Amino acid sequence: MPKIASNTDSASLKEKQAKWQIRYDREIGRDRTVVNRSGVEVRPLYTPLDWSDGRYDEDLGMPGELPYTRGIYNTMHRGRTWTQRQLIGLGTPQDYNKRVRMLLQQGASAISLLPCNSGFRGIDCDESPVPLLGTCGTVINTVDHMDSALDGVPIGEISTAMNDPTPFTLFAFLLSVAKRRGVPFDKITGTANQSDYISHFVANHMFYRLSQPGARRVFVDHVKFCREHVPNWNPVSVVGQHMQQAGATPAETMGLTLSTAIQYADDCIEAGMSPDKILPRFTYFFDISISFFEEVAKFRAGRRIWAKITRERYGAKDPRSWRFKFHGQTSGVDLTQQQPLNNIARVTAQAIAGIFGGLQSMHTDGFDEAMTCPTEDAARIAVATQNILREEAHLCDVIDPLGGSYYVEALTNEMEEKILQVMDVIENAGGMYNAADAGIVQRMIGKSAFEYQSRIESGAEKVVGVNCYQSEAEDGEVETYRPNREAMEAQVAAFKAFKADRKQADVERALDELARAASGTQNVYEKVVTAADSGVTHGEIIACLRRELGFGHPLMVA
Amino acid sequence: MMAYPERVLVTKIGFDGHDRGSRVVAAFLRDAGMEVIYTPPWQEIEAVVKLAMQEDVDLIGVSSLATDHLIMPDLIAALRDAGMDHVRLIVGGIIPQNEQPELLNAGVSAIFSPGATSEEIVETVRELVVEARAARECAEEM
Repeated sequence: MPKIASNTDSASLKEKQAKWQIRYDREIGRDRTVVNRSGVEVRPLYTPLDWSDGRYDEDLGMPGELPYTRGIYNTMHRGRTWTQRQLIGLGTPQDYNKRVRMLLQQGASAISLLPCNSGFRGIDCDESPVPLLGTCGTVINTVDHMDSALDGVPIGEISTAMNDPTPFTLFAFLLSVAKRRGVPFDKITGTANQSDYISHFVANHMFYRLSQPGARRVFVDHVKFCREHVPNWNPVSVVGQHMQQAGATPAETMGLTLSTAIQYADDCIEAGMSPDKILPRFTYFFDISISFFEEVAKFRAGRRIWAKITRERYGAKDPRSWRFKFHGQTSGVDLTQQQPLNNIARVTAQAIAGIFGGLQSMHTDGFDEAMTCPTEDAARIAVATQNILREEAHLCDVIDPLGGSYYVEALTNEMEEKILQVMDVIENAGGMYNAADAGIVQRMIGKSAFEYQSRIESGAEKVVGVNCYQSEAEDGEVETYRPNREAMEAQVAAFKAFKADRKQADVERALDELARAASGTQNVYEKVVTAADSGVTHGEIIACLRRELGFGHPLMVA
Repeated sequence: MMAYPERVLVTKIGFDGHDRGSRVVAAFLRDAGMEVIYTPPWQEIEAVVKLAMQEDVDLIGVSSLATDHLIMPDLIAALRDAGMDHVRLIVGGIIPQNEQPELLNAGVSAIFSPGATSEEIVETVRELVVEARAARECAEEM
């Protein structure tokens, strides 16, 4: 008969462990202290004294069941694998279209769109230095650009993620394209990947687009609009990734991200939306660093905390409100310019951590992604990495395979404590909006970034090829992606011609309505969508809102 | 020993908002005893030149992670037009090797890639500030 569970005799276990400890100390001599990135001390051995089955129901439960530690769905990856969603953005809309078709052909199961950095800055291509256009994202300034970018892509059948910060112009262009193609809005699925304006303020300094109060207003209107008109779109993606890339530890990141989600839920509820109407559409976007077990524990702990918050703080009744849905991207910060092919191994380890962490959607970085917008070969290998892990390594066969590991469960509990401490700091500062406004979050992130860099410099944190195992021979030359300059100049010229030729009266009327909505109480986002339909450009929409809702100010941090 | 501490402006031009590198380097330089003027990212070139002039800096450190170094020649030209040739320029971040010669030829004194230590950066900045001050004296005497 199989042994089902043994009630460990803790007295005898303690004795055994104490004896082992003596042998261990004798053999190892002087042991090193191991502390993970979040500050949790990691011991050499975990046993049922650290975590035991007696806590199973309370800490774990079944997949698809509270507290969701083991995953948010009953079948997890065995039923439905994660969505393979590579972030894509480069060059002109035509360049993007070529890349997106290639990735779909090779197994990507959803698409994403990253705009050119000029778009992030809030301006159109005709106001930007041409050398910077399309180097890190696609130039999309109008509905026509979006139409060309998605040429031949069935937008009603495939899920789309837009890296589309407030005021969500790319999504408005997508909706306009849907109208052109006769695709009803309820067929549009996907996620507003960068709806998290607070993370932009604290980690990416995106204050030039809109002031923080202005961004807050547009955010709430956008959620409301989507809930009314685009029911299968996720208008909220809370982005821990920015903060972790900027230097926050994994525990700080999870704490700050959950605090941000609380801020957004509070704001939407205050605007009259009910918890069970909005919370099922909350999604998350995280970095997956190479600190393997720490990342697995981070995700498991985050899932458990969110399930608790949604029920206890918001009284959500719908299980869909409790589920912590997240996209994971392998961390670019861990990648190195030195010996760049080593990054394939790093991305593989990061991806496994994400899979064991129970993600719903994943992006694996190209090995050259620390240096350049991924080249075609690198993009292909990144997708293949996911296929290999799924098909050959069989990582989808068993749900939460690390569940029940003494170490992973003890670490999940310790990470949970660390995360809750960060959330307390933010709650005491009056919530995430106020904490960001006061610079508290920026200081926390800056301090951790500095400490981590100091650890690399002192050698406490080892990075292969950077502070150990250096090799002169293979010192990182990768092919760098740069868009074709002539094609880009032609794109700018065509854009200028488009602006001159469009029906100016329509443009003026749409901008006027947008301005009136912004200065009044109407839904601003509705008017962003109308403006997109009328040929108004990305830069024009932002300039108008900036006038009405105010410029942001730089958050200066000591 | 410097008569007064090195004055360094740490900034980001262009369109990228990732400031982890610039903040960490600014903190290292500050801890090395330098006077660091730090700006958030997304600076206009004219604003950088103006600030460099007002703050009377010896050196400007530009962090570029997402191709913003491609407009470094514009910053160099703007500094020259403002009569600030003596100010030394360094760039840190992701600068592909094939694009480094262009920057160095245009007048960038040093480029730091990932893996550079704070010690190397501090050392180079100290040397370049000595150069900048000598160049300035020389220009003033003429």
